[in-house]
Amino acid sequence: MTESSVSLWGQWEVVVGLEVHTQLLTKSKLFCRCENRFGAPPNTLVCPVCLGHPGTLPVLNGEAVRLGVRAGLAAGCRVSPVSTFERKHYFYPDLPKGYQISQYAQPLLTGGALRIRTEAGERMIRIHRMHLEEDAGKNLHAGIPDRSHVDLNRAGVPLLEIVSEPDIRSPDEAVDYLKRLRQLLRATKVSDGNMEEGSFRCDINLSIRRPGTSVFGTRVEIKNVNSFRFVHKAMVYEIERQIEAVESGEKILQETRLFDPVSGRTKPMRSKEEALDYRYFPEPDLPPLVLSPSLIEEERLSLPELPEQRVERFCAEIGLSRSDAEILVAEESLARYFEEGLERFRSAIADEEGLRKVRERWTSFVLSEVLRELNRRGEEVLSGPTGVTHAVDLLEKVLGGSLSFSQAKEVYSRAAEEKKIPVSLVEELGLVQVSGEGELSALVEAVLAENTEEVAAYRGGKDRLFGFFVGAVMKKSRGKANPEKVNEILRNKLKG
Amino acid sequence: MRNPFFTSLSDFAKGRDDKRFSIEEVTRYFLSRTESLNASLNVCLSTNPNAINRARQLDARLARNGAQSPFYGYPVMVKDNFEMEGFPTTCASKILSGYVSRRTATSVARLLSLGAIVLGKTNLDEFAMGSSTENSAFGPTKNPWNPARVPGGSSGGSAAAVAAGLAPLSLGSDTGGSIRQPAAFCGVLGIKPTYGRISRSGLVAFSSSLDQIGPFALQASDALEALVAMGGRDPLDMTTDDRDPSEMRRDFQTTEIPGLRIGIPAEMFGEGLDSSIRDRLGELRDSLAGSGSREVAVTLPHSRFGINVYYLLATSEASSNLSRFDGVRYGFRVKEPADLRAMYEETRDRGFGDEVKRRILLGTFALSAGYQEAFYRKARKVQALIRGDFLKAFEQCDMILTPTSPSPPFAFGEKTGDPLSMYLSDVYTITANLAGLPALSVPVGLDSQGLPVGAHLIGPPWSEGRLLKVADKISSLYPMPLPEVHAGHPAGFREGGLK
Amino acid sequence: MNLSRSDVLHVARLSALALSEAEVARMTSELSAILNYVEGLATVDISGVAEAGETLAPTPLAPDIPAPSLPTEGALAGAPDRSGAFFQVPRILEEGR
Ligand SMILES: [Mg+2]
Ligand SMILES: [Zn+2]
Repeated sequence: MTESSVSLWGQWEVVVGLEVHTQLLTKSKLFCRCENRFGAPPNTLVCPVCLGHPGTLPVLNGEAVRLGVRAGLAAGCRVSPVSTFERKHYFYPDLPKGYQISQYAQPLLTGGALRIRTEAGERMIRIHRMHLEEDAGKNLHAGIPDRSHVDLNRAGVPLLEIVSEPDIRSPDEAVDYLKRLRQLLRATKVSDGNMEEGSFRCDINLSIRRPGTSVFGTRVEIKNVNSFRFVHKAMVYEIERQIEAVESGEKILQETRLFDPVSGRTKPMRSKEEALDYRYFPEPDLPPLVLSPSLIEEERLSLPELPEQRVERFCAEIGLSRSDAEILVAEESLARYFEEGLERFRSAIADEEGLRKVRERWTSFVLSEVLRELNRRGEEVLSGPTGVTHAVDLLEKVLGGSLSFSQAKEVYSRAAEEKKIPVSLVEELGLVQVSGEGELSALVEAVLAENTEEVAAYRGGKDRLFGFFVGAVMKKSRGKANPEKVNEILRNKLKG
Repeated sequence: MRNPFFTSLSDFAKGRDDKRFSIEEVTRYFLSRTESLNASLNVCLSTNPNAINRARQLDARLARNGAQSPFYGYPVMVKDNFEMEGFPTTCASKILSGYVSRRTATSVARLLSLGAIVLGKTNLDEFAMGSSTENSAFGPTKNPWNPARVPGGSSGGSAAAVAAGLAPLSLGSDTGGSIRQPAAFCGVLGIKPTYGRISRSGLVAFSSSLDQIGPFALQASDALEALVAMGGRDPLDMTTDDRDPSEMRRDFQTTEIPGLRIGIPAEMFGEGLDSSIRDRLGELRDSLAGSGSREVAVTLPHSRFGINVYYLLATSEASSNLSRFDGVRYGFRVKEPADLRAMYEETRDRGFGDEVKRRILLGTFALSAGYQEAFYRKARKVQALIRGDFLKAFEQCDMILTPTSPSPPFAFGEKTGDPLSMYLSDVYTITANLAGLPALSVPVGLDSQGLPVGAHLIGPPWSEGRLLKVADKISSLYPMPLPEVHAGHPAGFREGGLK
Repeated sequence: MNLSRSDVLHVARLSALALSEAEVARMTSELSAILNYVEGLATVDISGVAEAGETLAPTPLAPDIPAPSLPTEGALAGAPDRSGAFFQVPRILEEGR
């Protein structure tokens, strides 16, 4: 690992810690058995427990505990054999009991780290803690005069709060940390990390200081910044705001601010006189959470391959470059597509050399064509007519010599557009690659005859002209000539 | 007054099975008695309109299938901080006006599943906060022994119901003495089991780490059966223990009085104890010794801080538990609040009574930044010391005997002006809650003014069966009369025990 | 300890209780009296004492099996104010928590 030089913002060092709230992929809520599901009609996934009715008690969901443990193990955290739940008090319409049940004094997980890579280099961002807590409901205001509406379907949905150490030094690093964290949670099936649906939300703690100092500046918290782009924007705005303030002699207030995506600014969230004192104390309805060692062991053993390990494997076993491997692994579904395709070729091709060639082609195809279509059209490209089996069939035509690689790329893009099976499209368009010796020889003869001066020059030592002849033959064939065969025939004829 | 049908749960079961009476007949008797006496006693906040129907159905099924449980057809009343699906739960508070429960408390559901009939829901101090039932938004309950005296609290309605013969069994909740003190004041048996014995699911929480549910009865064996019926692990309450509740029945049967070591803590027989009560307890100690038990002097040095610890911990938890009453989803809300903050603050200010507000403020303070260490946290540590004292004492004795209350039932208004003096009436009962121990109050006759006196037994964890066996012995030594209550004005009592 | 008027107002605000002037005055003296009493705890030596509560066997955890929720009408019946399938409150001016 190489420690990058501290990145600076003018004369200032930026110090950032992130708090991520991620919804866990359980079937039911954290303390009641209402369904944990997004998008249901308002107040249909509620019961006396999550409505905060009198007489109700929380009953801890074992799967939420498992998912928390799994996430922690994946990030190298220490799993606490005993952890505690506390109550955090404040009055707000989306908080039915008037308190949130959250782990405070002894969180489920402590320590751990995530490796990030930005242009500035590779660094470890330490994780301070991860803990379980319940989500709040939703308040709605849009289009309602004088009133707000409350939907409690989300109240009680299990959250894992993941708190980093203040190790992040730039907006790029913050975004990379968040992307890798989300990748990890998805790979372990802890969370779907869906930011649009609010299942992966981020609070930013940001301060600035002079480089070389060890004390922290006054910290500002920016709440609920819910896309990677907004995280970047909010941080840039806030960094510049703080620098400007400090440089013009103002004091930074320790406060909570909200990012406004429309103006791109952050603004103070609550009035200063409001008293906030959460009065944490042990939740008397939940005894301390004592984990059985077997639960921890089971989760450890069932841990899937983690993104970082996958990158290593792609580099070491498949021979991908680190950057290619990172791109693939960043998109879990694309990585799966890639590996499935590779598996198909592997069972069809026996020799090492052939396999190496196929791997190169397939990697380049997936990273350029498939990734582009994925970004353009979304996940559905990865199944159906442009799914992995059909993509492999298409590439097999290239390997068999009946289609050129450039033709294949064009066909894939059109297939995605028209939702057609690529191989059928090849037939429909009458695409074939000319590989026949006789036909190609005739083409080469014709080109050489048309360019006698160049032939003389080449034979006189101007090697660079070889490419010119190849291009001319390809052009004459209207792209259908098999370039490898053309090379071979040209070389022979030019010798002569 | 004794009911004309049966003297105990087992006697009821026998009479029922021998067709000495029908379930409907019994149900009608208690309901009509309640109807005629409630105006003067104010015991019930609501009665069950389906009770007669249910009794009829049970009678019909009995004819076909017989009864599987002594509780089949047995009438009970429950304190109005227990939830019953489809019924209002008021907690004697304005803030729950209009609220209808969506589920049934596990304790009640277990009795119902055995065939019990809930006759009605009884009065209490608002949210179970009080020792006299004077803090009810629906007016105080009268002590059936003397209408000028309080019935104790907070389960005053449930205690008075059994004493006045409105039900043979009732349920209460006990956070610092709320079953035992009214049991003593009303001259009935009341037991608070070990913390974790009975599910709190469906009991509106006052102080979650101290609250326990328990029965009022006239017979120790009836209370025992009620505990067995309600006890055991409940998947809806993570603080319940999974030990088998029938162990209590076994302990009840096998406990012998001779050789039993009764711990006497000097701290609880000293200053502040009414002399008439001390006298009754003195007689009891002699009688028990005469029955072969042995007195052991024990010491509970930290128990004198019980009130301090209790009023910090219970109010802290209460301030939190009562946050949910905010006027958003159910219950009372002020009309046309100026804004959101006003909705919260005015709803809660007008919805809660004085004592509840006092405790919310005290608890909020004890948990607040800058004070939590000195108050809440310190109290938790002293609580651990109190618990330790008990565990040490139980190395020397099988159970501890103390008075239930330092004074006889007091007059209405006597302590309402001075919250502290009211709090001190729980001085002997509070430590059992703080230590999570089972404890009961059993009547030991009347004092010089003709008011009931209770003896208080505290045992080690899970010793309910043994405690009840000793209570049963005490009941046989001190046959308890019941008050004669008449419609219009409850007065006097009738001599003659239940045995 | 004796509470001041502003202590009581602060605690009342945290508790979301709008006390009247008379209540503030009364609570100030009543709470002070109670606190003066409970402060007797200060004399107890708690050095080396852990808070009450014990560590037990592994916590039994609930299986993650959804159960039916309340019907929407059941959830909203009894709400002091509602709008369609929503609970309704005075406009929330201060966003987020
Ligand atoms: Mg949180
Ligand atoms: Zn629910």
